[in-house]
Amino acid sequence: MSPPGQHARAVLSARGLVKIYEMGEVAVTALSGVDLDLYEGELVVLLGASGSGKSTLLNILGGLDAATSGDVRYREHDLTLADDEHMTRYRREHVGFVFQFYNLIPSLTTRENVALATDIADDPMSPEEALALVDLGDRMDHFPSELSGGEQQRVAIARAIAKRPDLLLCDEPTGALDYLTGRVVLSALARINRELGATTAIITHNAPIARMADRVIHLSGGRIRAIDENPDKLAPTEISW
Amino acid sequence: MSALATKLRRDLGRMVGQGLTIALVVACGIASYVTLQSAYASLLAARDDYYASCRFADVFAHVKRAPESLAARIADIPGVALAETRLVEPVMLPVEGLSEPATGRLVSLPRSGEPRLNALVLREGRALDASRPDEVLVLESFAEAHHLEPGARLPVVMNGVLRSLQVVGVVLSPEYVMAVGGGAGQEFAPDALHFAVLFMGRDAMAPAFDLAGAFDDVTLRLEPGASERDVRAQLDALVAPYGGVGSVGRSRQPSAFFVDNELSQLDSYATVAPMLFLGVAAFLVNVVLSRLVHLQRPQIATLKALGYGRARIGAHFLELVGAIAALGCVAGVALGAWLGRGTLGMYAPYFRFPSLAYRLDARIAAAGVLVSLASAALGALGVVARVVRLPPAEAMQPEAPPTYEPSLLERLGVARLLSTEGRMVLRELTRRPLRFFFSVAGIACGVGVVVVGGFTFDAFDVILDLEFESAERHDVAVSFTRPVPASSLRTLAAMPGVLAVEPLRVVPVRLRSGHRFHETALVGHPAGAELRRVVEWPWHVAPVPDDGLMLTDMLADKLGLTVGDSVTLEVLEGDRRTRTAQVTALSREVFGMMAHMELGALHRLVGEEPVVSTALLRTDPADEAGVDARLKRLPAVASVGKRRQVIAQFERQTAETMRITALVLTLFGCAIALAIVYNNARIALSVRGRDLATLRVLGFTRGEISAVLLGELATHVLVAVPPGLLVGRALSGFMMANVDAELYRMPVIISGATYAFGACVTLLAAMGSALLVRGKLGELDLVGALKARE
Ligand SMILES: Nc1ncnc2c1ncn2[C@@H]1O[C@H](COP(=O)(O)OP(=O)(O)OP(=O)(O)O)[C@@H](O)[C@H]1O
Ligand SMILES: [Mg+2]
Repeated sequence: MSPPGQHARAVLSARGLVKIYEMGEVAVTALSGVDLDLYEGELVVLLGASGSGKSTLLNILGGLDAATSGDVRYREHDLTLADDEHMTRYRREHVGFVFQFYNLIPSLTTRENVALATDIADDPMSPEEALALVDLGDRMDHFPSELSGGEQQRVAIARAIAKRPDLLLCDEPTGALDYLTGRVVLSALARINRELGATTAIITHNAPIARMADRVIHLSGGRIRAIDENPDKLAPTEISW
Repeated sequence: MSALATKLRRDLGRMVGQGLTIALVVACGIASYVTLQSAYASLLAARDDYYASCRFADVFAHVKRAPESLAARIADIPGVALAETRLVEPVMLPVEGLSEPATGRLVSLPRSGEPRLNALVLREGRALDASRPDEVLVLESFAEAHHLEPGARLPVVMNGVLRSLQVVGVVLSPEYVMAVGGGAGQEFAPDALHFAVLFMGRDAMAPAFDLAGAFDDVTLRLEPGASERDVRAQLDALVAPYGGVGSVGRSRQPSAFFVDNELSQLDSYATVAPMLFLGVAAFLVNVVLSRLVHLQRPQIATLKALGYGRARIGAHFLELVGAIAALGCVAGVALGAWLGRGTLGMYAPYFRFPSLAYRLDARIAAAGVLVSLASAALGALGVVARVVRLPPAEAMQPEAPPTYEPSLLERLGVARLLSTEGRMVLRELTRRPLRFFFSVAGIACGVGVVVVGGFTFDAFDVILDLEFESAERHDVAVSFTRPVPASSLRTLAAMPGVLAVEPLRVVPVRLRSGHRFHETALVGHPAGAELRRVVEWPWHVAPVPDDGLMLTDMLADKLGLTVGDSVTLEVLEGDRRTRTAQVTALSREVFGMMAHMELGALHRLVGEEPVVSTALLRTDPADEAGVDARLKRLPAVASVGKRRQVIAQFERQTAETMRITALVLTLFGCAIALAIVYNNARIALSVRGRDLATLRVLGFTRGEISAVLLGELATHVLVAVPPGLLVGRALSGFMMANVDAELYRMPVIISGATYAFGACVTLLAAMGSALLVRGKLGELDLVGALKARE
């Protein structure tokens, strides 16, 4: 496994990640030995069948969950043994999440949902600025229930990027969206990856989407089966699925 | 405002009804605490100020007759700062308007008019004029009860001789804050009517009791740090040869004892009542917050993903609870201050302090607020801990569907008897047995509180019934200025309009057994008496034994006596000789400390001719005015009392207080029931919204789905009512257990009507709140409920 460009360096590296869910007598192994590096500024796509462990991996990388064994390092920081306080700081300072079901706070408006992130960040952009980046400058004072699915997902993206995260982790960001809307959302992600230089990982079920990535990581049965480099990546608008 | 604060505000906005009802229960809790505690503290302060400013004595001792020279030796006892001798003698006052003459004390004042201990507060009129021997000062409670003003004349039997004394002033005494003397046995509300304390110049009083150059009572002020026990031991030894009956410290001085007793009663209510409400509040907070947190699982996970820390998120939910509790606190303190002032006002007629100002100590309010916040926090704690521990990755996933199991009842085959709706209700109840239990317990508390409110009325009715319907059945009581020969009753019997006459002989006595003693009235009843009977709880006429004494069981307890024992009896009039009598029966009367004898036996014991002090008459209602007029014209009649007036007086004194108390308790009880049912309903609606919408989509009518929802609520309430009635009974018993038996004994009987009232009021409150929520069933979003994930 070699870095995609000569100048890039690993921002996040995982070694020997294992995740086992104990459910009474049965134990489900979600990850069984994953080694992975994410490089500065790259956009990776994680592909894999349902149950292959994509979400589990992303959650561990993003500090939402802890591995059963294995190491995760973010730059100089060892996340493996970090306690809740350190994990919280890591998420707050470095990670932006985008979820399949948007996870907006229904009682807060668009602007306030974004402010939720900027309130606790060190050097955030303003909510207005973040919303402008996803072309939602005109829907600031609407509640989530007044927005379409695609709009809600763009609010979630604005919320994730407003803190200028180093890592942008997206778990099936288009999973609940139709094709056209999905393309709008992906365009927004690609643009932010380009303009802010945030290392971006996107989980998807749709193989064609992988064509917008620098690298494509294939998971199955809790292992990385293959990593493809994609020297001529496309803009989301050029892709169809 | 931060976005999280905005969320808090909006969340609160969406649960206004739930927030308000919880705040209401918190408010009731803190209000009950502040009410009782502030009234308690105000009374305590008034008491302490009064005792200090009036130089209330530390030790009290009564003797038969001691030479004044003994005073110096008493003053020399180490630890005694001040000793003051005086005369205190029992008197009888055959005042107009009473069936039995009032009894009381005549207390001497030194020539200066100003005692060095137990100073009087002059409320009306003037001090005594040393040159006029027939002047007295009267205790305010008695003066008020009889509308006595300076200038009035008062018939007083002093040492068996009727004198007419002139009231020149109305006073308060720290020794009679509560007018209890252990005199007539009437120690409940009518006390003020039956118990008099008069103050007279010592020079004028001594000859009447043959006590010139002597004293029969001494009060001491102790030096700071002196041992009361040591001083009393030496004092008792000094006065024993002069008929000393054992000194008492301030804590056992009758008035101080009753005041302290009332105060500690208040104090104990002030602990129990808030606990009840705050327990319910904690439960409600727990239930409502659990539900909220359940609904907000994904939101909590999102906040965590965004980098909000555990403390911040925990605080967010605590703030929510805090805001609700704070609202309750503000309302509760305000309500408590208002009710506290009212409660203090209720005590004013019973506790005669020169000034009784309401003060709400900030510390009491603060303690109430703290306890309320703590109880809310207690309810929230478990839930918030769950929030804090919630693993963010897991919370992203929708929660697994709740697991249902066939309940025990179902396995027993009960379900086959139920409709589908019934089965849904049953499963919902058995799925969360603990919550069901607490909900039922909470509603039961509500029912109980309403029942306690009704109980005070029931008890009042019982007392009225026992005392004035079953025990006292005359229309008019005629008291004589001195005991008259029994034969003179024939004149009365012959009088037109008089249907029946019965004699009554009342002798003031001091009963003594070992070192214990009690002053009371010994009442002589004629055999087969119809107009004045001894009635025990529950409604049983206790026959007065042909021979020997019948004591109320409480008096027997106090003296440590039982049937068959002998008791020493000092007659406090006439020759004042000491006799011995045997206790041959005990009675269980509501009012405590009486002694009864058969009339003939009483005459034999005292060694007197057949005489009567009071004649009880049954009169022709058509000729009331005529009988009145004829009675007034009789010689030797001191007073003519109408039973009806006494009842009216009693009702006036008591009914208002009871009505207010019962109203407050009923409202408080309803608040609990309402809050629990409303919150149960809201939560049921939230939990079951999808199910109910699904049923609607399947074609169930609104009525049918309301049956599912309301059936669940109704089950809680119906299950809660029977234990609630028991809770009410237990709480009433607790209230009565806190009343000193010497005061009165209130049987814990609760009428069917009160139980029914408690049950109905709670059911109505429950139905009201259920209907509020039922309206929301119309708003069920059928499409939305089906597609939205939890
Ligand atoms: N909280 C959990 N408890 C038990 N097992 C879990 C839990 N979360 C995930 N799993 C199991 O771990 C495995 C990997 O799950 P994961 O959610 O990572 O899959 P995924 O690749 O994201 O699938 P999908 O594409 O359906 O989202 C699955 O078998 C899943 O059942
Ligand atoms: Mg997944």
